[in-house]
Amino acid sequence: MRPLQLSHLTLTTCLGRGLEATAGALQRRESGLARRAFETAVLDTCIGEVEGVDAVRLAPALAAWDCRNNRLAELGLAQDGFAEAVRAAAVRLGEARIGVFLGTSTSGILQTEQAYRRRDPASGALPADFDYAHTHNTYSVSGYVRARLALAGPAWTVSTACSSSAKVFGTAARMIGAGLIDAAVVGGVDSLCLTTLYGFNSLELLAREPCRPWDRARSGLSIGEAAAFALLEPLPAAGTADAIALHGVGESSDAHHMSAPHPEGLGARRSIESALAAAGLQPADIDYVNLHGTATPSNDSAEDRAVTEVFGSRTPCSSTKGATGHTLGAAGAVEAVIAALALRHGFIPGGAHTVEPDPALRAQYTLQSRAAPLRRVLSNSFGFGGSNCSLVLGRR
Amino acid sequence: MSRLAAVIESLAVIGPGLPDWPAARAVLAGEQPYAAAPAAVPAPALLPPNERRRSGLAVKIALAAGASALAAGRRDAADIETVFASSSADGDTCHAICEQLAGSERLISPTRFHNSVHNAPSGYWSIATRCMAPSTSVCGYDASFGAGLLEACALLHAHRAPVLLVAYDAPYPEPLLAKRPVADAFGVALLLAPEAGPGALARLEVAATPAAPMVLEDAALEGLRRTIPSARSLPLLRLLAGGAAGAAVLEYLDGYSLAVSVAPCA
Repeated sequence: MRPLQLSHLTLTTCLGRGLEATAGALQRRESGLARRAFETAVLDTCIGEVEGVDAVRLAPALAAWDCRNNRLAELGLAQDGFAEAVRAAAVRLGEARIGVFLGTSTSGILQTEQAYRRRDPASGALPADFDYAHTHNTYSVSGYVRARLALAGPAWTVSTACSSSAKVFGTAARMIGAGLIDAAVVGGVDSLCLTTLYGFNSLELLAREPCRPWDRARSGLSIGEAAAFALLEPLPAAGTADAIALHGVGESSDAHHMSAPHPEGLGARRSIESALAAAGLQPADIDYVNLHGTATPSNDSAEDRAVTEVFGSRTPCSSTKGATGHTLGAAGAVEAVIAALALRHGFIPGGAHTVEPDPALRAQYTLQSRAAPLRRVLSNSFGFGGSNCSLVLGRR
Repeated sequence: MSRLAAVIESLAVIGPGLPDWPAARAVLAGEQPYAAAPAAVPAPALLPPNERRRSGLAVKIALAAGASALAAGRRDAADIETVFASSSADGDTCHAICEQLAGSERLISPTRFHNSVHNAPSGYWSIATRCMAPSTSVCGYDASFGAGLLEACALLHAHRAPVLLVAYDAPYPEPLLAKRPVADAFGVALLLAPEAGPGALARLEVAATPAAPMVLEDAALEGLRRTIPSARSLPLLRLLAGGAAGAAVLEYLDGYSLAVSVAPCA
């Protein structure tokens, strides 16, 4: 594929708001996971909650969109001058020539969960103030961001569970390649809600302590929330030498099970290989792999198999979910932005909370953050339904 | 303004009063009057019996529409990339989870949780057809059909390989139905290819336009178009039913419609 430039970036997770806070925390191998209360949940687990989401206020004209997920989106857009950068691009290119493609798994479902506790005792009806279209519906976050940025181009949400916001990079690349748009706002926003907390609990996949990807004692995931965005445009022939580009996108389906990965990592391997093929690269060209690395025993072992079959055991790898938690539908975009930060600042993020890599896993798992001149990075995102996506980012 | 081109190899429709494509074609071509009837969604033959029982209406209609479009063509499902477009995926599952979370026990079944994802039909499809090709699942609320059509045509343009688009909707149960009224279940599947082979139905072109979307003269069909997101496809289906060259404007987002034109394959 023709490379695209990530012209502007931002992300907000439990590590902090914006690029600088995130890069610093990752370089210091910090984690934002903590044992704390969320809403009415009573679960013995740690979460990656973003500070200050409840205090965010949407513009009065956009009040109908108000819900935790869109407040988190708004908080994310306000960092690193991202909203202003998109507006400048809209003036330059035209509002209808910029697409909005965002990933989410649960959108504003928390609004519906709460509305179900306020049903009319006689009729069972949901309260009058509940607005399904602008909050719960899967499109809501893309509709909000399109309205907030006053864009007028094509928009939709990709919702393929935990690969959602990696796959939007592919959507944007194809839409730009087909000439329908000149640029795209891509990203992912997923916020804490009871459905995912109790849902992963029902699958016995929640860790009690902060998650420990690749650890021999890993016991499950920690759920986080995040908003991450990138403005994608064609890479100019003569641009700045330090531009970060999207070089390849690979996608595949496991065709195996709804919630368990293919044990041999076949779908993951196919996704990685097609990302490399799209980028025109060989495995040896990749300097660092940001793993999906959820810290469930089966996910990490399937991914280890896929990664080592492609790259062998020498390419440095780590999962940043020990730092951010698993941000589900936002994870692909969060980790794409982290990959861009690793390229820009020249470092490999060490896997926070992991103590002793599982000797049964063969990938070169990086425990301590360290400086490293990186040129090409691959990021994996895999989700329920066997949905896999890998991205290759790099310097031009 | 660029146009996306594709060849429609085969298609399927399942909706209220439109049990399959041959019946829908006759109604849309004006050969038969429309007779209102609830959508009859067949059990998905693709799924093993235990999953067939447990699967919700959304999975059923998506799989039935996709399988029917493929059966009308000559391709092996195992090789075909797929795009699933829906306003809300499985509403029954979502309702059941919200009810459980509002209660005191909050015991969600693991199966119900994995069935709650928007890409559940895509997951079941890929497992049933052993298809490891990429699949995506998109949502545009009322604009979901347009989103799916653009995603599918852009995918075809990028990969130059066949793409199956399945747009489907299944209504929520109450109390969500009152907040999100969708008249009935509806599914439409289009098997798209880059080049016209033997038996291909029509050439399709899609482009953005600021023009107002087209309404259907038939009040009952227009009612379906307005009240079911995936039935926003009906003006395109009517063109295909006619069998001649023609054009229509499909509703997508406000101020951003999709101009579609079809022509018979030479």
